[in-house]
Amino acid sequence: MSSWRELLKKIDDYRWEIETSYKPGMRVPGLLYADEHMLEQIGGEQSPEQVANVAFLPGIVGKSLAMPDIHWGYGFPIGGVAATRVDDGVISPGGVGFDINCGVRLLTTNLMEKDVRPRIEEIVGQLFASIPSGMGSEGRIRVKGKEMDKVLRDGARWAVEKGYGDQEDLELTEENGRLKGADPDQVSEKARKRGIPQLGTLGSGNHFLEIQMVEEIYDESAAGVFGVHQTGQVVILIHTGSRGFGHQVCDDYLKTMGPAVRKYGIELPDRQLACAPVKSAEGQAYLAAMACAANYAWANRQCITHWTRQALSSIFGRRPRELGLRQVYDVAHNIAKIEEHAVDGKRLLVCVHRKGATRAFPAGHPDVPEAYKDVGQPVLIPGDMGRYSYVAVGTQGAMEETFGSTCHGAGRLQSRSKARRELSTSNVADELRAKGISFQVASKTALIEEASHAYKDVSEVVQVADGAGISRKVFRARPIGVIKG
Amino acid sequence: MPNFEFTDHTADIGIIAYGNSVEEVFVNAARGMFSLIADLEKVVEVIGHQVVAEAPDQEELLVTWLNELLYLFDAENLIFSRFEIVDLRQQYVRAMAYGERVDPSRHDLKTQVKAATYHQLKLEKGDEFRARIILDI
Repeated sequence: MSSWRELLKKIDDYRWEIETSYKPGMRVPGLLYADEHMLEQIGGEQSPEQVANVAFLPGIVGKSLAMPDIHWGYGFPIGGVAATRVDDGVISPGGVGFDINCGVRLLTTNLMEKDVRPRIEEIVGQLFASIPSGMGSEGRIRVKGKEMDKVLRDGARWAVEKGYGDQEDLELTEENGRLKGADPDQVSEKARKRGIPQLGTLGSGNHFLEIQMVEEIYDESAAGVFGVHQTGQVVILIHTGSRGFGHQVCDDYLKTMGPAVRKYGIELPDRQLACAPVKSAEGQAYLAAMACAANYAWANRQCITHWTRQALSSIFGRRPRELGLRQVYDVAHNIAKIEEHAVDGKRLLVCVHRKGATRAFPAGHPDVPEAYKDVGQPVLIPGDMGRYSYVAVGTQGAMEETFGSTCHGAGRLQSRSKARRELSTSNVADELRAKGISFQVASKTALIEEASHAYKDVSEVVQVADGAGISRKVFRARPIGVIKG
Repeated sequence: MPNFEFTDHTADIGIIAYGNSVEEVFVNAARGMFSLIADLEKVVEVIGHQVVAEAPDQEELLVTWLNELLYLFDAENLIFSRFEIVDLRQQYVRAMAYGERVDPSRHDLKTQVKAATYHQLKLEKGDEFRARIILDI
């Protein structure tokens, strides 16, 4: 358990390095962002080994990075960031994961806790009824043939054109909700069949919709720009991804990448890291299919946003605009992006894999929406359903060290099976009620597996990212209503 | 010897499947995976579905087989509780999967499995056969 502690070279209070001498084949060192307490939590895990394994990827530049919410994944660690040269580096579907463009969207309201509390059961019930959640649930939208191609090509823009939202939502979404380069011809029939019934569904597992109230503001001016003005203000956080569509795209391309690894003579310590050169036919096809899945996810979150607005509008008898139901931002936290970064003092085009990591661009970056150009990109960091979530903002430090990336959530502490052994539905439910949190879940198992106990305290994660300078805290909000699949 | 058991993984779940033959390992891995998804006691066998999978080697075939079953769960809304391997080779499997259409009101759906992964994948043949597969949850 203490072995990792000895192998990691302390750089400062927040940075720990895995030297290339740890494992022959590492092309660059590994770097973990963590404090002493977190190191104890990851000590017995295999995630540092995974950081070392990612360092094998051809063309990797800088370091194989692990955000403070790192935990054991498959192939890449969750919380892993790796940038590879576009010219002669690789793209790895395992560096994105099965839930392509799993991400988070935040809406503000002009409602206060006192307006919402008395009606919270009704709100939770209405949202649960309006937004299909849980396994086996089907969406309220059914697209066919060519229409699906539009979803895959245009993402959230498709949804807005269908009336599910407005132009401003797109402006306040990473990539404007539409990742370029999407080619529906690179997507299998299986992915389509899996994706069609699930469009407009929340899903299961750690996906959720939460009604939250702002609890503490750390940076009033940035919070103000994001539309949050006082504690007690109600906000809504949506966490979901590309559902079975993304899972199938990942699965399909892992199968393509297996032979590609042999074809291009790439040596890897884990099959799940299978990859191909970014510029190869296999690499380009994956990027085009991945973009389709990213767009599917943005369309999905856009539809859910629309139904959330409708539900609240009908409960309060006021139009969404009158309720201040404005989008703060929408970020992806499982994605690979072609971006330009400074590497060894030169501008370089790289493929940034963010596997459980959030883009965190600073003020002035051209990809930050106009409305936020003076403060930076909002970073949405969900915690667990019993505690709180954070909103942070991107920094120059992230550009210099982490290819503009930071943490994405709390990170699991306890396995799902351990949570099931130690907790019961009734004690998790009682605890939530005692904290004044109303909830509706489609699966009792999900309720237990997602209990607070199973997660690290997200405040520690956010604190490390803040201390290391890769994102800066803006405000914290805690749930008062939870909808889970 | 149990047919299958689960191993701890922080974010996901590992299945260890046992058998007297590779065929049994394939069956037990599939049963293990579906037992995470639902209460298999409640699944009625009214549909028999043929499943075919191909992969470069038998380890990867095991992953492909499980992912094919997850595809049928998602795309065709089918849940299975019993499996019969008809033909198993190094790179090919043909099987029958028995079950019914998913009914959330009756099946007590539990954990969503996104995919079977290649991470730390192992299929060992000794006196008995044993496989380890990590599932993405």
